[in-house]
Amino acid sequence: MIETSLQLALDSAPFLLKGALYTVILSLGGMFFGLLLGFILALTRLYAVAPLRGVARVYVSFFRGTPLLVQLFMIYYGLPQLGIQLEPLPAALIGFSLNMAAYTSEILRAAIASIDRGQWEAAASIGMSKVQALYRAILPQAARTALPPLGNSFISLVKDTALAATIQVPELFRQAQLITARTFEIFTMYLAAALIYWLLATVLSHFQGRLEARVNRHEQDA
Amino acid sequence: MISIRNLSKAFKGQSVLQGIDLDVQPGEVVAIIGPSGSGKTTLLRCLNLLEEPSGGRIQVGGIEIDADRPLGPQQGLIRKLRQHVGFVFQNFNLFPHRTALENVIEGPVHVKKEPRERAVERGRALLAKVGLAGKEDAYPKRLSGGQQQRVAIARALAMEPDVILFDEPTSALDPELVGEVLATIRSLAEERRTMVIVTHEMSFARDVANRAIFLDKGVIIEQGDARQLFSAPREERTRQFLSKFLGDAR
Repeated sequence: MIETSLQLALDSAPFLLKGALYTVILSLGGMFFGLLLGFILALTRLYAVAPLRGVARVYVSFFRGTPLLVQLFMIYYGLPQLGIQLEPLPAALIGFSLNMAAYTSEILRAAIASIDRGQWEAAASIGMSKVQALYRAILPQAARTALPPLGNSFISLVKDTALAATIQVPELFRQAQLITARTFEIFTMYLAAALIYWLLATVLSHFQGRLEARVNRHEQDA
Repeated sequence: MISIRNLSKAFKGQSVLQGIDLDVQPGEVVAIIGPSGSGKTTLLRCLNLLEEPSGGRIQVGGIEIDADRPLGPQQGLIRKLRQHVGFVFQNFNLFPHRTALENVIEGPVHVKKEPRERAVERGRALLAKVGLAGKEDAYPKRLSGGQQQRVAIARALAMEPDVILFDEPTSALDPELVGEVLATIRSLAEERRTMVIVTHEMSFARDVANRAIFLDKGVIIEQGDARQLFSAPREERTRQFLSKFLGDAR
């Protein structure tokens, strides 16, 4: 019994790994575009004129206040009714990025707002522009505050990519489902998939730890 | 060097500074004293536009800001002015994620676009000048308040400013660290650097400043030769303030 399970897991490895590749693409893509859009949203909410701030606030409220699964369905199954037809992978990428942006924007906004006003003034006093002050003085410090919650969000994202299975993306969970349908080795296949998710999340938190140590190096005592 | 005309500042309708005229000559050290809430820090912060004046003109070197007109279009000019005006904060405001040397070269390298090697060389010399040779690679957190404030002074000097503004530079320090910072400022005065100092250190102001200004309720009550103002104030309010202050200090 165990031997056959092992054999099966090995036989299915190429399919699972191919699924894992999609999972990685969705995760990294969601992180990248989510962070980018989240950063723009954070700056909008902090510094833009009132109407734009309002738009950003509603955006964040909507994407945090509705289920990710519903958002994915709206994009993949709903948009075609409005004449926008998307392939599964781009649809999922867009969904995860839009959703991720709402969370990262809140994290970045709070982190930037937490930096003492004196830091802006110190940068201004040596002639820096606001943009320069942001990049050279504020963001490196805000990164310290933002990294732990960002790491949490990213790990959540890795696991949430399993939802892409519902909109036909052949990612890890979907591959596991397909194999179980063929072989009825349900427990083994889902366990194998779970272990791969676990591995990805572990790798991610390892990088997070190294990054945190890096931005915290000035905090270490002699 | 500095020329201010009819400077005013109001916070939410409440007047903080009213019609301030002030001139500072090159090489002059001016001390601004006055009770808390008198507007002296606001006046200093208006000089490099950290605080936006409600009206008046500010001229430093050849650069003039007209606060009677909208300041938005003058932002470029304001940044240029700030490159000529060093500012030392009460709370130091060093960049905590940068070493002492990195703090000092930040402006020269990233604002003035000075070649990094030259900025580093000058930065090391400036740190040595304020007595911090060997601390180049220390992060602010590992420095005492007095050391941090001296790094901040070196950071201001690194921009080669025409004038340096000090906003209560020793008020956030433990008493035993005040002396080293005052000594640093004193040595700059001996080099005949132009400086404006807001301070509660009355004996320091008397000894180091050429001129003292007594500010109360947003108005210059009295100004003149520092020794004279401290020893023989003309105005009753100056007298009251000085006697009360000396009384409190005991």
